[in-house]
Amino acid sequence: MKILVVDDEADVQPLFIQRFRKEIRSGECEFAFALSGEEALSYLEHAHSEVVLILSDINMPGMTGIELLSRIRHSYEKPPPVVMMITAYGDDENRNQAMQNGANDFLTKPLDFTLLKEKLKTFIV
Amino acid sequence: MFFFYFLAAFLLIRRLTKALKFSILYPKWRNLLTIATWGIIILFIVAFGLEDAVRDFLGIALLFGLIAYINKQQDFKSQGSYLIANIPLIIMGLANTTAQLVASDFYEKYDNYFQWPTVAAFFWIFGRWATSKKQEEELRISTERRAELEALVAERTAELSRQKDELQETVKELKSTQNQLIQSEKMASLGELTAGIAHEIQNPLNFVNNFSEVSMELLDEMTEELEKGDTEEAKAIAADVKQNLEKIRHHGQRADGIVKGMLQHSRASSGQKESTDINVLADEYLRLAYHGLRAKDKSFNADLVTHFDDKLPKASMVPQDIGRVLLNLFTNAFYAVQQKQKAAGPEYKPTVEVSTSVKGKSIEVKVKDNGTGIPEQIKDKIMQPFFTTKPTGEGTGLGLSMSYDIVVKGHGGSIQVNSVEGEGSEFIIALPNI
Repeated sequence: MKILVVDDEADVQPLFIQRFRKEIRSGECEFAFALSGEEALSYLEHAHSEVVLILSDINMPGMTGIELLSRIRHSYEKPPPVVMMITAYGDDENRNQAMQNGANDFLTKPLDFTLLKEKLKTFIV
Repeated sequence: MFFFYFLAAFLLIRRLTKALKFSILYPKWRNLLTIATWGIIILFIVAFGLEDAVRDFLGIALLFGLIAYINKQQDFKSQGSYLIANIPLIIMGLANTTAQLVASDFYEKYDNYFQWPTVAAFFWIFGRWATSKKQEEELRISTERRAELEALVAERTAELSRQKDELQETVKELKSTQNQLIQSEKMASLGELTAGIAHEIQNPLNFVNNFSEVSMELLDEMTEELEKGDTEEAKAIAADVKQNLEKIRHHGQRADGIVKGMLQHSRASSGQKESTDINVLADEYLRLAYHGLRAKDKSFNADLVTHFDDKLPKASMVPQDIGRVLLNLFTNAFYAVQQKQKAAGPEYKPTVEVSTSVKGKSIEVKVKDNGTGIPEQIKDKIMQPFFTTKPTGEGTGLGLSMSYDIVVKGHGGSIQVNSVEGEGSEFIIALPNI
């Protein structure tokens, strides 16, 4: 399962790699990273068939996570990737906006990785 | 002839009496003057029965004696010119009488030439008297006028010094009000920043928590690997843990820097110039301003473009003050693009651009936005204190005027504004780099 993580903070990358150490070693998961919405889109252009799940931050300079989400929903209908939004602002406005634009789930920072792993399992099944 | 000398003496006393009449000196002299008057009259009557030359001498001596005496009295100092006016008469009288005694034939023959000048000298006294009276009058008037003017000047001076005191008091009050305003403007901008700061601190804190958590997990895994005997993997994990600890420290310092920056912003400026890297300062405040606005308006988004000159030398400045200037320019830029975004279509991409560069002997910071721009008719007002286009309660109107003071008066730099209404604005700050 290939997961694309979109966040403008570069340190998110080692964090995910270490958190999913076992899963990566066993081949359960594979990670790709993008530092911006634009980068994520260009990555998806040639690899969207591989990517099963997208985890995206909302607050990013340039294209926001919400914008990225709606672009993805418009461009990739089949198979629709699972998109989870992550944000530091866990308010209703943000959540509603994410859900309206077609997000599958909504998580708040700091990320609870145990919860994330559980959710991943349900989506994979 | 003797008649003239006695008359002159009599009139002299009359004049003195008149001059003293309304003075406090009058009681002191009254008796003496009366006695003198009667003395003269009696002497005059006595003189009728005397020889011509003798009574002339008597008259002259009387006049001379009076003048000599009066001249010595301090109380009659002001009558000096009148006394002098009697001298020609005395001289003429003496010449007249002497000639009469010594050369009586000669005198008999030319007595007209002697008598007429004597009579003229007598009238001369009254001529002098009239002029001196006129002069006295003029003197009195001018003295009065001077006193009047002096009183007026004193009054004006008192009024002016009262006004000066009032103004000084006002200036003092204004200064303290200004200080309070500066402080409250700082606090207002700090309020705007709080959300940005919270966001900025939250991020590194999340990393600190996440990395320490994952490190604990990793250490458990490492123990497992060691028990299995896989030292290679254990080493790899140890390297990761070490890397994580570095990251924890890095993010800890990041949060530390933000808190320090915030404290520095709220603190009263030390006014101390320090060698400062303006790239770091600009970057920090750009993010704070952005997240500050983001926290209030979550739908807001903008492109932040930075062109920092890597070779930019550090410049001497008061970092808190220049930080406030930058914060103000960024806040304004974000406000402008936010306003435009509300009106413009989805194609509009709000962009705020910061560039730094060296221009001659100055360091230049350019803050550019593609927001609403500044209308031509208010361009020359934007640096004025209390001028704001924001709705009441949202802006103090002090941001740019304070920025101007800080840059131009505090640092000897300049602020240049280029703006096209509807297209965006550009603020260029030049700070001398000495």
